Amino acid sequence: MLSVKDLVVGFRTRRGAVEAVRGISFDLSPGETLGIVGESGSGKSVTSYALMRILDAGGSISAGEISWNGQDLRRAREGAMRAIRGREISMIFQNPRAALNPIRKIGKQIEDVLLQHGRAGRRDAKAKAIEALEAVKIRDAAARYHAYPFELSGGMCQRVVIAIALACNPKLLIADEPTTGLDITTQKAVMDLVRELISARGMSAIIITHDLGLAAQYSDRLAVMKDGEIVESGASATLFAAARHPYTRKLIDATPRPGVAIRELLPAEARSPEPPHSPGRRKLIEVVGLEKTFAGKSGPVQAVKGISFDIREGQSVGLVGESGCGKSTTSAMLVRLLDPSAGAIVFDGSDIAGIPADRFARDPRRGRIQMVFQDATDSLNPRHNAFDAIAEPLRRLGGMSGKRLGVRVDELAHLTGLPGHLLTRYPHQLSGGQKARVGIARAIALDPDFLILDEPTAALDVSIQAVVLNLLADLRARLNMTYLFVSHDLNVVRLLCDHVLVMRDGLIVEAGPSARVMQDPEHPYTRALLAAAPKPPVLDRLPGETVKAAE
Amino acid sequence: MAGRGHPVLWRLAQTIPVIAGVVVISFILTRALPGDPAVQFAGLAATPESIAQVREALGLDKPLIQQFLIYCGALLQGDLGRSVVTGQPVVTDLAMRLPASLELTLTALLLACLVAIPLGLLAAVHQGSWIDQLCRVVVTAGVSLPTFFTGILLIYVFYYLLGWAPSPLGRLDFIYFDPPRVTGFHLIDTLIDGDTETFFGALRQIALPAITLALFTLAPIARMTRAAMLGALSSDYIRTARAAGLSPSKVLFGYAFRNALLPVVTTLGMVFSFVLGANVLVEKVFAWPGIGSYAVEALVQSDYAAVQGFVLAMALLFVLLNLLIDLSYALIDPRIGFSAK
Repeated sequence: MLSVKDLVVGFRTRRGAVEAVRGISFDLSPGETLGIVGESGSGKSVTSYALMRILDAGGSISAGEISWNGQDLRRAREGAMRAIRGREISMIFQNPRAALNPIRKIGKQIEDVLLQHGRAGRRDAKAKAIEALEAVKIRDAAARYHAYPFELSGGMCQRVVIAIALACNPKLLIADEPTTGLDITTQKAVMDLVRELISARGMSAIIITHDLGLAAQYSDRLAVMKDGEIVESGASATLFAAARHPYTRKLIDATPRPGVAIRELLPAEARSPEPPHSPGRRKLIEVVGLEKTFAGKSGPVQAVKGISFDIREGQSVGLVGESGCGKSTTSAMLVRLLDPSAGAIVFDGSDIAGIPADRFARDPRRGRIQMVFQDATDSLNPRHNAFDAIAEPLRRLGGMSGKRLGVRVDELAHLTGLPGHLLTRYPHQLSGGQKARVGIARAIALDPDFLILDEPTAALDVSIQAVVLNLLADLRARLNMTYLFVSHDLNVVRLLCDHVLVMRDGLIVEAGPSARVMQDPEHPYTRALLAAAPKPPVLDRLPGETVKAAE
Repeated sequence: MAGRGHPVLWRLAQTIPVIAGVVVISFILTRALPGDPAVQFAGLAATPESIAQVREALGLDKPLIQQFLIYCGALLQGDLGRSVVTGQPVVTDLAMRLPASLELTLTALLLACLVAIPLGLLAAVHQGSWIDQLCRVVVTAGVSLPTFFTGILLIYVFYYLLGWAPSPLGRLDFIYFDPPRVTGFHLIDTLIDGDTETFFGALRQIALPAITLALFTLAPIARMTRAAMLGALSSDYIRTARAAGLSPSKVLFGYAFRNALLPVVTTLGMVFSFVLGANVLVEKVFAWPGIGSYAVEALVQSDYAAVQGFVLAMALLFVLLNLLIDLSYALIDPRIGFSAK
């Protein structure tokens, strides 16, 4: 049905022409689902835009053929392409809230597509739009017709995007990172819905994602892309069990999944023995009845509803939950950037909850509690180079300057594996992994006792995530730090943490040793979280796994 | 959106402290200025006695607090006092001159929008093309040429050299009669009256000053339209709309432009405020009987009542303008509710 041959997509940039896709070929038959997997910059999204011919300015198909049911899409006129887009091939995107027009009613946005392709007239457009909303299982569709995107949750917005994409019964759906940025339970709901809809309508689909597990679970065939080329492709099950290309192997290894140790995420040759790590007895942090209430538009909103837990010296505790559960609020209170409404935070024997957040910066304990922020890019000052970013806490809180400062920054760069020559670079000249290292180096600059890691790997590719997680494990052992690891992904948290707290609606619903919580979850919500994680097929036949089982 | 009336009233109520502040500040500032109105008013041949007499007549001999209370009392009855220079009540003066300024400003803004918004839009759509370059040239020229210069240049070319424009002396040539006053806007009043000949007379008269002002205001509007459109066009929802096969015009106007309108409206509000100030020069060059030249005159003559009246009128105008802008925000963007401050 769809046939792509030697497709090359080039972009004109200031530094000359760049080829984002370098000669890829694949076929798709009716009813088939193809997963295209790759890390950022692999050209997977560009491929899909090229198919739809909606490349950004400066991008163009420079060679190759795209044939859609015998029609040449590369040379088709723009008018003909418009008739195909949305009617025969349609697309859903990542970040669904941004993918919808923020100031137009969602029902109207569906109508626009229906009217454009002549699937409805002025009179029945509304009814058909409501029908489309019902098809994606939006409850109370008639009322939701009048909603604006900002009034809906991320998962709901993605359903609306799907409704727009499927309104005209296309034959092919391209899903470009459809669940990135959504919670794991929402991800499952959305993906299950997509699978159900495409199989019910006998559609084909291309699922583009960085998540191997997700792609493998929801597609028949996989193609792994790297640097604009397909390095390996095959049926999902066989590809996972017997990956031939080293890159595919590396990707499979780096994907966090049940049963593997943190070192096993790394390529085999990089697996050094994991440093020993044993939590002490002494309580470093004691949180008692912590609460936070925000003044909302429609009355107060209680984000954290009284939680208590202890963190012992040298322990790593994971705080897991979906967006809106209060985990970020909790971490902001612990790092003393936000004042709690009630409760105590006992750090090393004394309560620090009573010290106002704006005064804590001058407290001698400021340097002992530090944080690694979620977005490595946004949390770095774009006008400071890596050296200055790392040196900032040393100057402000450590009172260092001159040669001593330079030596310490070099030491930190070495510790976090940041090559010394990158210190003079600015954030935009660094890769995601390098920026993460700068963020970590900055956080450990003052030798903190307690480090809060707020989703430090959420924005990173899996292979980089594997490296950063291992770096954090090494640092913990070397510097004897205590971690609070905040994340939405139990599978990631488990790798690093001894103890897990599962949070929901401002309350801790389950707490216990990581292994116990993973294997034998008590609370239904924990079980739901675990069940929602994508399960790649035949995982138990992975070589790494068999070795472990043999042990 | 039910119950929109109530938040609007609340929004209006919020402006009361602003107005009160303006009343106090304008009162104090006019008194703080150097110059004595009694001396001005008494004339060149005044003796100390006659000046004292005038001071008493104007009530300027009373303590400041008392003067302020008297002023406020009169204000509440809609009495802004009497201008020492024109001898007329300030309210009458303002009512005469404010429409003239507003007519000029609004015409100029309308003209600027008609040129600047399509220009900015086209520049954004065809980024890097000749129209984008044209937009850049117009924007740079617009901000760098002062209004009195463009005004005089236009007069020189179109009145003196070509003779297309009438003499730059006010709102209407003396051969026409002022239209019966309804709105105070000559262009509208003449049409209401059905007097097309006077309408064209007024139009010819307003053309040059309006173009002068428009050239000046065009720049920020065109620039903001271009920037806002570029932002909107590169956003995710435009990609969705294109992927759904919507027609280019629908994508451009239905999706991108409406989203880009918000910053454009903000700019319009700002431009309107500073144009009312920039008016003074244009009004002087074209002998336009507007509020700007009136205020400058009053300030030079230490005409307290007139200056205060002018400041107050401007403050009210800005409050009204901001209210209108806020209301149009809410119309354009459903995310902005009045309850959400």
